[in-house]
Amino acid sequence: MGMWSSLRGRFSLWVGKIFGRRSVKIGIYGPPNVGKTTLANRIIKDWSGEDMGAVSDIPHETRRVKRRRDVKINVDRSSIKLDIVDTPGLATKIDFRDFLSYGLEEEEAKKRAKEAAEGVIESIRWLDDLDGVLLVMDATEDPYTQVNITVIGNMEARRLPMLIVSNKIDLPTASPVKIIEAFPQHTVVPISALKGNNMDKLYDDIYEHFR
Amino acid sequence: MTYTNISGEKMVRVDMISEDLLASMTSAEKIRMILDGVMEGKILVLERGLMPEEEAKLIEATMVEISPEFVGIEMESYPAKERRSLMDRLFGRGKSQARLTVIGSPNQLKTIKKDRGLITALISEV
Ligand SMILES: Nc1nc2c(ncn2[C@@H]2O[C@H](COP(=O)(O)OP(=O)(O)OP(=O)(O)O)[C@@H](O)[C@H]2O)c(=O)[nH]1
Ligand SMILES: [Mg+2]
Repeated sequence: MGMWSSLRGRFSLWVGKIFGRRSVKIGIYGPPNVGKTTLANRIIKDWSGEDMGAVSDIPHETRRVKRRRDVKINVDRSSIKLDIVDTPGLATKIDFRDFLSYGLEEEEAKKRAKEAAEGVIESIRWLDDLDGVLLVMDATEDPYTQVNITVIGNMEARRLPMLIVSNKIDLPTASPVKIIEAFPQHTVVPISALKGNNMDKLYDDIYEHFR
Repeated sequence: MTYTNISGEKMVRVDMISEDLLASMTSAEKIRMILDGVMEGKILVLERGLMPEEEAKLIEATMVEISPEFVGIEMESYPAKERRSLMDRLFGRGKSQARLTVIGSPNQLKTIKKDRGLITALISEV
């Protein structure tokens, strides 16, 4: 992108936001099963009373990008309008055999693997059309995964704002401190999307970072 | 790619690719080389890894090839180190540094532990 078109893009985004017309497109990214859709559902339910998509403990449940437009979030006496973009979980490998242990039939598992791979491609393509990203991590797992490193690298290279969401802090083995230590240059917000813990802090940070 | 030594034991091929060779290649060439290498059962060690955008393109290209026979890649690198001067920061210039990266088939390369300064992995034949 040239300097001029970049400046023009920024200016029109800023004008749009000032006059409350344009929504800020926020992508919810991360590896499979970390709770991206649960978080999208939580945000949308909190502010519009609806639901976004299906949640499952089988990885790659979301296999198509879904956008919910114009979700208005009120913070103090101000507000911000978001387009919430829930994305399929990113992965560098997908083996249909992994789905068999969840009780899927072989044909079904192969179909899921193929759709999951297409979903990853769609997620990556959306990176070019976003204003910011919530990178969701499972606080019970090792934060140094390649997917996390690649998403963070892409956000830094594109100079897009990003918040790291350390999800599932309701679980006894959760360690948000590990995530904070792994990515010290970024803001990490520990939450439970399932239980709704610490969501107010997340909304404050969303307002601060993506406004 | 498995080879056998003189006493008939199987061995794994490891290609260690220098920063200079990588720098002389286009993104498309790098991605093709990596995917072909992994499909042939090689383990690739890149002295300096890919740029974040190239990593994303590599994942995309990998996903295009996913099938019951090809399950993708195992890739491990460290978080990028930002090595930009104050002027670069002010003007939003400069790129973060890509770092040592290991890539192979998930069937052959298993990462068992990873932290800030150490990646521990096991390599097996196909
Ligand atoms: N304990 C706990 N479980 C959660 C939390 N958030 C999500 N989960 C569970 O984690 C599993 C995966 O949740 P999803 O929201 O489907 O995860 P996802 O990241 O959208 O997964 P994909 O669409 O497959 O990429 C489900 O069983 C959720 O109920 C949380 O905060 N705490
Ligand atoms: Mg989902």
